[in-house]
Amino acid sequence: MDRKELQKHANNIRINIIKEVANANSGHPGGSLSAADIVTVLYFNVMDINKDNVGTRDRDRFVLSKGHASPLLYAVLAEKGFLPEEELLTFRKMKSRLQGHPDINELDGIDMSTGSLGQGISAAVGMAIANKLDGQGHRIYALLGDGECEEGQVWEAAMAAAHYKLDNLCAVIDHNHLQIDGDINDVIGPDPLDEKFRAFGWNVLCIDGHDYDAIEAAFNAAKECKGKPTCIVAETIKGKGVSFMENQAGWHGKAPDAELTKVALADLKGE
Amino acid sequence: MAKATREAYGETLAELIQKNPKIVVLDADLAESTHAAVAGRKAPERFFDMGISEANMIGTAAGFAASGYIPFASSFAMFCTGRVWEQIRNSVAYPHLNVKIVGSHSGITVGEDGVTHQAIEDIAIMRAITGLEVYVPCDQYETRAVIEYVASSTNPCYVRLGRSKVEDVFDADYKFDINKINVLRKGENVAIFCCGLMVQSSLEAAKLLEAEGVHATVVDVCSLKPADIDGITDILKSHEHIFTVEEHSITGGLGSLICEVASEKCPRIIHRIGMYGFGESGNYKELLKEYKLDGEGVYDQIKGYLGE
Repeated sequence: MDRKELQKHANNIRINIIKEVANANSGHPGGSLSAADIVTVLYFNVMDINKDNVGTRDRDRFVLSKGHASPLLYAVLAEKGFLPEEELLTFRKMKSRLQGHPDINELDGIDMSTGSLGQGISAAVGMAIANKLDGQGHRIYALLGDGECEEGQVWEAAMAAAHYKLDNLCAVIDHNHLQIDGDINDVIGPDPLDEKFRAFGWNVLCIDGHDYDAIEAAFNAAKECKGKPTCIVAETIKGKGVSFMENQAGWHGKAPDAELTKVALADLKGE
Repeated sequence: MAKATREAYGETLAELIQKNPKIVVLDADLAESTHAAVAGRKAPERFFDMGISEANMIGTAAGFAASGYIPFASSFAMFCTGRVWEQIRNSVAYPHLNVKIVGSHSGITVGEDGVTHQAIEDIAIMRAITGLEVYVPCDQYETRAVIEYVASSTNPCYVRLGRSKVEDVFDADYKFDINKINVLRKGENVAIFCCGLMVQSSLEAAKLLEAEGVHATVVDVCSLKPADIDGITDILKSHEHIFTVEEHSITGGLGSLICEVASEKCPRIIHRIGMYGFGESGNYKELLKEYKLDGEGVYDQIKGYLGE
């Protein structure tokens, strides 16, 4: 899929993120928007996931370790045609399959229940070892927040992934520099994440997380790297695409009101 | 014959891992102590030492289960329950992943290591998690039956094992119904519910009581969750004096379970025998004596209550 089509999908995904969060009057737009380009490239140009195999384990898998970016996951699953787009408006409502944070048992295409930070990457480690035991040759992807890397469990998982030489595991850090309480380096300082992962024995690639070519090239380079897991540190803009949300920690976990929703959708529709 | 339940775990798992290619074994740097290593040596390609990283061990086990494997994740009871309670809740129980958590060295009988290593709250905190089964086998045969049962089930569970050797309660021919209570001796008026190592103490106490003309029923409750509500209710209905004995805090464990059942099915005064605070370092036999959890201690406590 070419850059123009990817952009179209990513933009539609961003529109749906805003609609989901605005309709629920709850949810996490900032970190969903920042990772939208990465996840779009992953689902449309990298992973072997389609309508026929989405309900099986015989495919690449994606663990949304930063589970609060659930609006993004649901939007991409809808964009792939795995769930009806109108169902996105049930997000965070009673009886919905689209729980506040993803539930593995609700929907094909949700590969792990996540939401408590630091835990998804461990599950991805288990999936990657299992995949090697099976000799299946599929790849396991995990998306983490940069703030999430403040969890000690992330580093336990990083150590294990390198020890077990999980070259079928690719973690992406959505490095948008903001967490709820502010700039990550004012809060507790998890940087430099690239050097930390390198020191833990990972192959590390640093890219612009909004450059489709760079994203795809990094995923391809990760596939070529043997004997160690790859971590892609993707520089991103929190709230990317919505003028008033960009680089604002305040939009980490807040829904826009009706007026601001109009502005956000107009931004994304280029109006 | 006397054998520790953790030894029976290692032996049973060593057999199962050779029969079932979907079983994987994880440990956190205590594999020789938990006896998980015994199984690991039979299938080294399916044994994973995760290092001293229990949170990641539980998460990795969840990932294995999400990929169709049956992971057994072992460590000391303290570190594979309390340290990782939230990982178990959110990465195992909520997604209902088929992870078998096996905690050895539970209770005060881990001994000399002292309070930091003496899990006396594990039953309480594991029992509180929706969908997680909890088993506390009392001897090698019951341990074998539990391990075989959980390996064949698709439910996540916690199995609590001990460090010290225990005398056989059952024999090799005993037919276990894992989710039913086992009435080990039938008495009248006095009933003692017990689990794990405290089955030994309760049986000894019952013998001492017998010599004084008090006939106690002794009930082994291995499956704390799901609990055999009907079986427990029958015992409550047919006895006047009810006791619970556990190598665990009196809050949240077997005693609490029996109180819960009694409150809904057959109100009774329940005397809970167990730990009323932290333990301390020491030889395990001396600790059991100090905290009145050996046969004589349990006998003394029951007699004390009966004399009131």
